[in-house]
Amino acid sequence: MSDTSTLLPCEQPVRFLDPDGTATPHDPQTGAQLEARGYAIPSDDDLLAVWRGMVIGRRFDAQATALTKQGRLAVYPSSRGQDACQVASMLALEEGDWVFPTYRDSMALVTRGIDPVEVLTLLRGDWHCGYDPSVTLTAAQCTPLATQAVHAAGAADGLRRRGRGGIALCLVGDGATSEGDFHEGLNFAAVFGAPVVYLVQNNKYAISVPLAKQTHAPSLAYKGIGYGVPSEQVDGNDPAAVLAVLRAAYRHAREGRGPMLVEAHTYRMEAHTNADDATRYRTPDEVEEWAGQDPIVRLQAYLVGRGALDEARIEEVKAEAEALAADLRTRMNAEPVVDPLSLFEHVYAEPTPQLLEQAAMVRAEEALR
Amino acid sequence: MTTQTQDRATPTTYAQALNAALRDALREDENVLVFGEDVGQLGGVFRITDGLTREFGEQRCFDTPLAEAGIAGFAVGLCTQGFRPVIEMQFDAFGYPAFEQVVSHVAKMRNRTRGAVTMPMVIRYPYAGGIGGVEHHCDSSEGYYVHTPGLHVVTPSTPADAYSLLREAIASDDPVIFMEPKSLYWSKAELELPVRTEPIGRAAVRREGSDVTLITYGPQVPNALKAAEVAAAEEDWRVEVVDLRSLVPFDDETVAASVHKTGRAVVLAEAQGFAGMGAEIAARVSERCFHSLAAPVLRVSGLDIPYPPPILEHSYLPGVDRILDTIARLQWDDEPDLTFLDGPLGQEAHR
Ligand SMILES: Cc1ncc(C[n+]2csc(CCOP(=O)(O)OP(=O)(O)O)c2C)c(N)n1
Ligand SMILES: [Mg+2]
Repeated sequence: MSDTSTLLPCEQPVRFLDPDGTATPHDPQTGAQLEARGYAIPSDDDLLAVWRGMVIGRRFDAQATALTKQGRLAVYPSSRGQDACQVASMLALEEGDWVFPTYRDSMALVTRGIDPVEVLTLLRGDWHCGYDPSVTLTAAQCTPLATQAVHAAGAADGLRRRGRGGIALCLVGDGATSEGDFHEGLNFAAVFGAPVVYLVQNNKYAISVPLAKQTHAPSLAYKGIGYGVPSEQVDGNDPAAVLAVLRAAYRHAREGRGPMLVEAHTYRMEAHTNADDATRYRTPDEVEEWAGQDPIVRLQAYLVGRGALDEARIEEVKAEAEALAADLRTRMNAEPVVDPLSLFEHVYAEPTPQLLEQAAMVRAEEALR
Repeated sequence: MTTQTQDRATPTTYAQALNAALRDALREDENVLVFGEDVGQLGGVFRITDGLTREFGEQRCFDTPLAEAGIAGFAVGLCTQGFRPVIEMQFDAFGYPAFEQVVSHVAKMRNRTRGAVTMPMVIRYPYAGGIGGVEHHCDSSEGYYVHTPGLHVVTPSTPADAYSLLREAIASDDPVIFMEPKSLYWSKAELELPVRTEPIGRAAVRREGSDVTLITYGPQVPNALKAAEVAAAEEDWRVEVVDLRSLVPFDDETVAASVHKTGRAVVLAEAQGFAGMGAEIAARVSERCFHSLAAPVLRVSGLDIPYPPPILEHSYLPGVDRILDTIARLQWDDEPDLTFLDGPLGQEAHR
């Protein structure tokens, strides 16, 4: 029998900062547990980087939402409110690590350094995946729920086999943890000792369906123990806690100790996508309460309180964020150039004779346009 | 077609040829990994992976947890790291849990990423019936995969093709659905390995004939050859038998050339007929060969029912009689036989 206590998450989500930005007081027992698990409040410099990433990330997210209203994007699933998860998860990664994101994680990909226009290609609709996964070490954003959980296990196993280091981070939603592929991913990762971390962003809803209708687990982090996967839960709106917990999780995977599951308790401030009406299934009071937990407000208050951040720096980063948004606007306002014949290019390494016939038909149709 | 020299050839079963192909591929390319349910220590329920774990170790040929979507999805992840997984779905009908991974990721990844991420994997499916298997062990599931762009679908019918097509599938940068007719696992040929036959995408004329083309693949190839023999002996019909080998890409050229020559065509597929591979073949022949045809293209297939229990499977499987009866309906006399038609012409003919 393995020691099951190491597989279970802390009873309460790990938290270092209260919503008002003051340090969370811990009783001696909790303090000892956090220390034993290797969680310590990150340095001011590290937190400043997360704060900056969130300010820029949120501006990107707002710009993408605006582009949707202008008809420049077909659809946009916002991650506003989940900024701490989106940003800290990326900044804690190292060179050579892979990411397996979902449609919700555009902010994370921009934080990762992928060109925002390439991130939004899928949603603008001029191709499916706009960036090169083999260069960015970032899988195409995954829409069939939880299917990426097994890809991440396989990729992590591949990284282990190559022996050149590197781990995989798999992003999953709360609803997606009900899918069979989530189970299969965790199980495969555990059995093969694959260096992969599953970060479940529990934003409380799967479109309209609340978590209570999704599972009777005490919390989603309790899903790990059945696979022998060490698990943790964290206050997903506390950037300091998210960074500390994910760093420890990545270290666990990096040291060859197999996968980890981390559940971040957070909230989706926008509707599921621009096409959704969230007032049909959640109350203004609930949204209001979560607005009071904002991760940027929280971290900014903490850093200003410590004298690590001042108005001048805040204005500087705001300007940086505005510049990114302006550049995104300009580039997204240009009509994308598409070539119908490119449809046939990447179905197979070599087009089949049948595809060549269809390409000839489309070429003739295009010539008459 | 096969290039063996008679003296060094030995009797080789279809299963042994597959096993040899896996062994040679594992030996030549360290990126090749073989995994699935029971494929390690046991060597697979059909022994196709026999001895591979012993020879190459647990890291190269291994058992996975019992989860088909997991197996396929794990292979997707390994492909992102440059590996070439060869995975086994234990039986046709047990490949269905992996369907989402196959159609949404394996088939589409190259396209979604504009060629940046390829899926050079092989998914092996022991398939089809004729072995007295109980339910869920005899499905002809090729129709689901041929309908999915991005997949190559091949189905060898001889030991030589089993070896050659599997080697080519493993070397291919496209995902290959590799359909192995269970009923042929124990069939034998004199073979010297390694052997190379025609590439993926090419059909093979297995028997030459001048009167009618019988187009078939996979488990029905031996039946087609038997029917052709009986037709020659008893009716003096010269039946040309075309073995497709590769369902995707489809060899329109070889098929159409044969039908232009013979002027008649029967499509033989073991799968249930409605909207299946056989329907696609019949449509393609009609489109390309209409002016050469002396009779409508007819189909011989399984029945449009769930695969039957073992004691009844003989009624389902297209046997030599069903093939010959169908050939007989191809308007051999001056007077066309239209009794098979439902409409007024058919009623007229019945009178
Ligand atoms: C297999 C599958 N079923 C259904 C859908 C449609 N769908 C898209 S997002 C979504 C909700 C997912 O919720 P969750 O996992 O909590 O992620 P979130 O959107 O909240 O980030 C659904 C049902 C899908 N994409 N894939
Ligand atoms: Mg959710």
